[in-house]
Amino acid sequence: MYALQFRKLSLGYDHQPAIHQLHAEITTGSLTAIVGPNGAGKSTLLKGVMGMLTPMEGSLAFGSLSRENIAYLPQQSDIDRSFPITVVEVVSMGLWKEIGPFGWLNKTNQVRVDKAIAAVGLTGFESRVIGSLSGGQMQRVLFARLLLQDAQLVLLDEPFNAIDTRTISDLINLIERWHGEGRTILAVLHNHETVQTHFPQTLMIARELVAHGPTKNVLTAENQFRARQMCEACTGPPHVCGKSAA
Amino acid sequence: MIWDTILQPFAEYGFMRRALLGCIAISLGATPVGTFLILRRMSLTGDAMAHAILPGAAIGFLISGLSLIPMTLGGLVAGLLVALLSGFVTRMTSLREDASLAAFYLISLAIGVLIVSMRGSNVDLMHVLFGTVLALDDATLILLCSISSLSLVILALFFRPLVLECADPQFLRSVSGLSAITHFTFLLLVVLNLVGGFHAIGTLMAVGVMILPATAARFWATSIGGMIVTAVAIAMISSLIGLLLSFHFSLPSGPAIILVNGLIYGMSLSFGPVGGLVAQTTAKQHIQI
Repeated sequence: MYALQFRKLSLGYDHQPAIHQLHAEITTGSLTAIVGPNGAGKSTLLKGVMGMLTPMEGSLAFGSLSRENIAYLPQQSDIDRSFPITVVEVVSMGLWKEIGPFGWLNKTNQVRVDKAIAAVGLTGFESRVIGSLSGGQMQRVLFARLLLQDAQLVLLDEPFNAIDTRTISDLINLIERWHGEGRTILAVLHNHETVQTHFPQTLMIARELVAHGPTKNVLTAENQFRARQMCEACTGPPHVCGKSAA
Repeated sequence: MIWDTILQPFAEYGFMRRALLGCIAISLGATPVGTFLILRRMSLTGDAMAHAILPGAAIGFLISGLSLIPMTLGGLVAGLLVALLSGFVTRMTSLREDASLAAFYLISLAIGVLIVSMRGSNVDLMHVLFGTVLALDDATLILLCSISSLSLVILALFFRPLVLECADPQFLRSVSGLSAITHFTFLLLVVLNLVGGFHAIGTLMAVGVMILPATAARFWATSIGGMIVTAVAIAMISSLIGLLLSFHFSLPSGPAIILVNGLIYGMSLSFGPVGGLVAQTTAKQHIQI
């Protein structure tokens, strides 16, 4: 049973595919790391899954899921940290699916928000504005929001960028908890050690599929070398590619 | 003393009472919109939209002279057209929103000036640019009050999506399809309040009531609600003081109101407890201890 299937999927901007004819299947309940060099199309792939990009060719299929059942954590830079909003307000947004634009936070939901904040270790920070948080604390806030979204498919785009090791290990605990609850998780990661220790499955891409399967079979030196070569050969528009290599 | 300087002008002269009511209506409607403009880093969008509504108002003027309804509708149509066109270009091409908005509002402004100079006199142009707050008639007052009531209702309805659209647009897009609707409703509010504002204090000065109190409020409040309330209060106090200054010293009222707003902004910048200059110096001393 698959949660997500890429069927010869091409995604890109301005007629240039950043992902080219990707064919792969993500099993329901799997914990998968997406790895690949810079410019390999990892973030593009997640945006495609979220429907923020229309496929140039091929398609995407969700098993029994619908788009409302997906939670997405983009790279941190997308959030306006100077906006005057507090930790508890950001975390409460995770309940959007249930309360929508007009609903009130009832007692039960307030307790859930408090629990989510406690689960990421930020109790006591509820009324702090997000501008006063450190990078690691901010990422904890976003994870608390993800907790409340209660999604079956969780997409994480470089969730551990510029974050200290203690925060990383706390957040990995949360990810493993989700995995234990049978959720499907896809995370774009750079640190291969983290991938080897905590992620059973790996999808390696370099615009095209390099390898997909159990992490120890995918994260080989040979595959990594091949991925780097594939990416370096493709730094310009596709039709210029061949000429510049010559 | 208090009677003479503050109360007497309003007690004795109907036009002063009307002016105050008009300004209070603008403060209630435009200032909350302005608060969101600065939080979305779109402060200059207000300025651009103010220029963009000019040709519509001018066409209205061309058809029926200085009358309320045609100029209001014209301004509204021109403003919305520029907002929609620039939004469309931004989504369809690689041009960013600020650039496409600039392109359209400049074209719009040139058309407006052309139309006004073909038909009207400079006095009429001055009327559109700087308003006539001391000569508000019943119809204009009703229009101003309706616009501010409408924008308060719309803001209340769209408050949550609007906050999300400002703070974390990608999250809003990932959980709901309201993103585009929220954006255009917000632009509609900007245009609506500018069109209302230009009858009273002119297109250019209306932007001042939108933006200045909101920027000043940033130095007093840490929450969005707090910012909006502070900004509205600042706008109202500035209107009152501005109108009185204009009355006692025969100053043009629009600029007087905006300059009082500017003065309060300067004071907030210096003495505001949230990141004001003085607060920053004292904060540094704390760290050194």
